[in-house]
Formats: sequence, structure tokens, C-alpha cells
Amino acid sequence: MRTLEDLNKLRDKLQAEISIRERKQEITVNVSMGTCGIAAGARETMKTLIEEISSKNIKDIALTQTGCLGACQQEPLVQIQKGGEKVTYINVDQEKARQIVNRHLLEGKVIEQWTKPEE
Amino acid sequence: MSMYRSHVLVCAGAGCISSDCKAVQSALIANIQAQGLKDEIKVVETGCMGPCDLGPVVLIFPDGVFYRKLKPEDTADIVTEHLLKGKLVDRLLHRPTGKSEQVATFDRMEFFKRQTRVTLRNTGLINPESIEEYIARDGYQALGKVLSKYSPEEVISAIKASGLRGRGGAGFPTGLKWEFTARASGNPKYVVCNADEGDPGAFMDRSILEGDPHSVLEAMAICGYAIGAEKGFIYVRAEYPLAVQRLETAIGKCLEYGLLGRNIFSTGFNFDIEIRVGAGAFVCGEETALLASIEGRRGEPRPKPPFPAQEGLWGKPTVINNVETWANIPPIILNGPEWFSAIGTENSKGTKVFALAGKINNTGLVEVPMGTPLKEIIYDIGGGIPNGKKFKAVQTGGPSGGCIPAEYLDTPVDYDSLVKLGTIMGSGGMIIVDEDTCMVDLAKFFLEFVQEESCGKCAPCRIGTKRMLEIMERIVEGNGKDGDIELLEELSQGIKSSALCGLGQTAPNPVLSTLRHFREEYIAHIKDKRCPAGACQALVTYYIDARACKGCGLCSKNCPAGAISGEKKKPHVIDAGKCIKCGTCKDKCKFNSIFIL
Repeated sequence: MRTLEDLNKLRDKLQAEISIRERKQEITVNVSMGTCGIAAGARETMKTLIEEISSKNIKDIALTQTGCLGACQQEPLVQIQKGGEKVTYINVDQEKARQIVNRHLLEGKVIEQWTKPEE
Repeated sequence: MSMYRSHVLVCAGAGCISSDCKAVQSALIANIQAQGLKDEIKVVETGCMGPCDLGPVVLIFPDGVFYRKLKPEDTADIVTEHLLKGKLVDRLLHRPTGKSEQVATFDRMEFFKRQTRVTLRNTGLINPESIEEYIARDGYQALGKVLSKYSPEEVISAIKASGLRGRGGAGFPTGLKWEFTARASGNPKYVVCNADEGDPGAFMDRSILEGDPHSVLEAMAICGYAIGAEKGFIYVRAEYPLAVQRLETAIGKCLEYGLLGRNIFSTGFNFDIEIRVGAGAFVCGEETALLASIEGRRGEPRPKPPFPAQEGLWGKPTVINNVETWANIPPIILNGPEWFSAIGTENSKGTKVFALAGKINNTGLVEVPMGTPLKEIIYDIGGGIPNGKKFKAVQTGGPSGGCIPAEYLDTPVDYDSLVKLGTIMGSGGMIIVDEDTCMVDLAKFFLEFVQEESCGKCAPCRIGTKRMLEIMERIVEGNGKDGDIELLEELSQGIKSSALCGLGQTAPNPVLSTLRHFREEYIAHIKDKRCPAGACQALVTYYIDARACKGCGLCSKNCPAGAISGEKKKPHVIDAGKCIKCGTCKDKCKFNSIFIL
């Protein structure tokens, strides 16, 4: 560590690893992990989300899991929440998961055709 | 960079270690591996999170779910239900005393909700053995800031402006102490951390060293720059082996990263820190005795002045602050003195860490703004007194302090208001006692402690406390006489005014303080040969209420002295001559028919 700038660079890099404990994440990505979800492949969806989010180095995202949401035929379900807005994606396979990270989380565009219509 | 979707924090403070958090941690890791989650879930060992009576505890992020009193076998459910399927494991959640509903997340627990964590900002949240996690939490930014942007005078001004006072006991203004040392002539100068925490019931300093050692190292380096010192010493007692080990790890990492050593941040500033392990003598917490011990001499105090700021280690100007004081320095530099002085009261700025112990539901470590009412600390955060007993008093400041009775529960806790009640803030130990505690006996306990810990250098402390203890022993044994109270008071005043150091000068305080607030208990012991709390064995008689006794015989079966007799299904009696007053019969009786008179 030669200078304060070195320390700042290191801090910025390390912060992403610990920000999960500071609970300041703006976006929550929630994967439904009931028995139905897991049977439909939610574990693979979750793993893909982790891979994709970390390879794109996206910060301030909380990736969590929840139980059955009562729409078992549409599993795996992924909900993305930002502020008061909530978008629910249905039948999210690994390919869709990758697209959701790139288009929704990175570019901020909701992929309407994969979402659950509001009741 | 690999990302973990969840962090599971396992508290490894001394409290949780003693309730075997290590076994829980191993089981947790094994279960995570078995479920194929090891690349998704990170297990982090932290320092003390605070609620020691709930240990072993884990805290799961990002949701902040808090599980308590875990056994290794509970971790299977945490992994398969919570971490895999996202379902809370209800039976492992915290249920506050007297409430039926559970609280899932830590930020909704009264214990955490009412705290303001400045000193403990990282304790229980980061892995204390990881300098990277400290850096991620703005670690060493304050050191970088002062070295690149502040003159030494500006650092001292900032600390002065913050209003920070020493957290070790007496509450001397920290900035002023630094200024005296900076201005003193003499070279080299030294920085010392007093980690010789010795008050019975106090563990604030240990928890900070074990949970966030880097905050102390960073602060000492900042002070070194401010006063013109290149060398620091941490004096820590040998009873704190984990603290010593974590400090060693932290210093090693700093040297590796260039955050200690030569030419820090290429500014030409050099600073080194060495650890000195003390044998755990209470008097070595007194600054002049501590310095003598670092120098390799007997840990005996010397008269002041000269103060260490003028003549400290090896006769050179030395700043000596305690652990908690140090931990406040980096946030003051980073957030500014105005931020710090906005917390607390007029003359007591910032927050204070307290170690809650004794008869209280939530024992543990808490940090609150100065001026928080005692009631809030004991009832809202501490959860009140167990088993429906009545609060009697809280002992603060350790052997140098005194007790505060129930009628002063509304008192805001700061340096000045405690002094007005005849006690002190001290290092922050709070021992809560209930109606079953005898205040005379409690005062005797503290007196015994200081009598044993007296270094013996001066006669008032060596002989005076011995004489006081003899009187106290006589009183609790039922041999108190007229004039004992007056004699205790006279001896106390004599010792206070003539002892050499803080240990001796404050040794009579527990007696004086209990005499002030609970004089009638002394009188009951001396005149009526009665202990109102029913605690002093020599002064109580066990008695069976014949109307309530069902003659089950459980008491006589369990009496180790064979003092209880009676026919089956008929009232039993205790032979007072044989009774050894152990209380076993009272504990065993199912009909509440045994009383203490």
C-alpha cells in the first residue's frame, strides 16, 4: 500500500463483498425455492443468477430466496424488487436468468413477455 | 470476484465460545457443503455481537435473520429450510422475555434497535482476522486522511472539538491529553493502549479487541502522528489470549499491507506497535503502574504529578488511553467532530459501551448514546429482571464505583449524573442486582477484590482495606457492633485521602455508596442480627410452614446435614442446630413451604 489512492482502490473492490451485511442494496432479486420451485429447476436458476451477477460485477444487489408463492405451474419464479416496484418473472430457466441479469438489472429494461400478468 | 448470495455470521465472542459456537460453526459448514451451497453461502466468524445470554447465535444476511441458542443439530434445518428454501426456522428465532411472538430480524429486536453503534460499529459484523473486511468498512481511511490532509495540530483540534472523554474511567478530555503530550518536551514520545480491563463483570475492551482490533491500531497510529511518536504499546492482560492472538494477527497484516511500519502512505510517517502481555493484576490498569510494568518493573503506581503526558514510559511524554477511547477515534476523523458531539449530552459526548451482567434477562454488550436513562438500558435493552424479581440496584464503575438504587432509575447515564449519585461511569461494567442480593455482602465482595489486588506499596491501601474488610466480615457474620458504621466511614475517608493511586483512593467507594443508599441494611445486620435480603448465611434461619407442608419428605431426603425430620404426610421440622443453611430444602420443596426468616 503505497498511497491513499491504493487504499481507496482496494476498498472499492472489497466493499462489494461486504455490502450485503450493510443492507443498503437497492435491488432485491428473489428466487422462489419451494419444493415445486426446486423441482422445476430453481437451483440452476439461482446458480446462474449468481454467476452472471458476479461476472458482470453488479453491486448492491441482494439475492435472496423465498418459499412457494402459490403459482407452482409457473416455477421457477424470480421477483425483482426496486423501491416500491416489483416485477415477477415466470418459468425462468438458465437462459432467461442470464437475459434478466443483462437486460433488466444492467440496462434497466423489464422483459415484459416473461413477466407474470398482474392479477 | 466471486459473489456469495448470503453471509452467515457466527458470533465467536467469548460468551458464545463458552456455549460452544465452534461446534455449531463446524456443523453449519458441513451442512452447507452437503447441500452443495458452499459456493453460494459464506460463513464468517465474528467478534461479540452483544446478546451473550442467547449464544450461540448466528446472523444471516441479506435478510438479517437472527437465530439463537443453537445446537449443532439445529444447523441442518437452517441450511435446508432457510438457506436453501427461504423459509424461516421459527423454533430457532428469538422470543423476547414475556412476549409470545417471535422476532425474526436483528433490527427488530429491542436489544439492537435502541443501540447506537459507534465504538462497536464493526464488532460482530466483520471477521476480526480479516484486514480486508476492515478496509471494506472504511478501515485506515481516517489514518490516510490525517496523514495526507491534516497537520498534527489539526488532528488534535478535531479530537478536542469532538468532546471525547476517556472511556477508561475518569473521563479526562482526550484531545487535551494529546495536546499536553504533543507540547511536552522530551523525545521520543510514546502511545499506549490500556487493555488491562479488570473490573469484575466488565468485558467491553476485550470484546472490541477480539471483534475489531484494527480500529485500535488505526487510532494509535493517528495519535502517533498527532503527538510526534513512532512507537506504540498495547498492554493487554494475559487472561485475554484470544484478544492477544487477534491483535498479533492484525499487526502482522498491517505490516504486510504497509499500514504500520516505515513510510506509511509514502508520507514519511513511521509507526510501530508492540504488544505487552500483563499478568492480570488489577493495579496494572492504573496508568503509572501499567507504564512501570511495560518497562519491566513491578507493576506499582507512583505519585502524580508528573503525569504520563509529561513523564511517561521511560520518563518520556506518553499518551495513554483505553481500548474503547481508541475505537472512537477513526469515526471522529472520518465523520467530523460535529457529528460526534451531536451525540450525547452537554458534557458527555458520543456513546458508551456497557457490559450488562448479573440479574438481568439480556446479559451482554450494548452501546447507547450518553444520557440514555438507566431504565431504558436495564428494562428496554436489558429486558428487565429475571423470574419476576424486583430490581434493587445497579453497580457501576466496578470497585472504584458504587451502586444506584431503584429510585434513580430515570437518571440519564453520563459522567456527571453518575458522580452526583456517588458512583462513576468507570469503564462501563453494569452489574444488576435484585431483591435477593444483600448490599452489605455485595460491598464486601468488592472490598475483598481490591484488598486482594492491592499492590501493597502504600499503607492506607494495604492495611486500611484489610481493616475495613475485617469489619465487613464481622458484620455479615452477625458479629457487628455499635460504632462499626462510623468506623467504616472514618477509615474510608482516611484511605480516600491518603492512598497513593486510584485503586486505593477508590477502594472504599462500594462501602460508602452502599452506606449512602442502603444504610438500613447495615443497621439491620448490626443491631437486629438480621439480613433483610436473606442472603447472609449466618443471619438467616430456615423454617418450614406447617400449614403448607404436605409431608412429602423431599426436603429431608435431600438435606445433606440430616437436619430435617418428620413423619410421612405430616409437617416436617428443621433442627436449627444441625442446619447448615445451604438452601437445598427450599430449592427442592414443591409446595413453597420453606421460608427464610
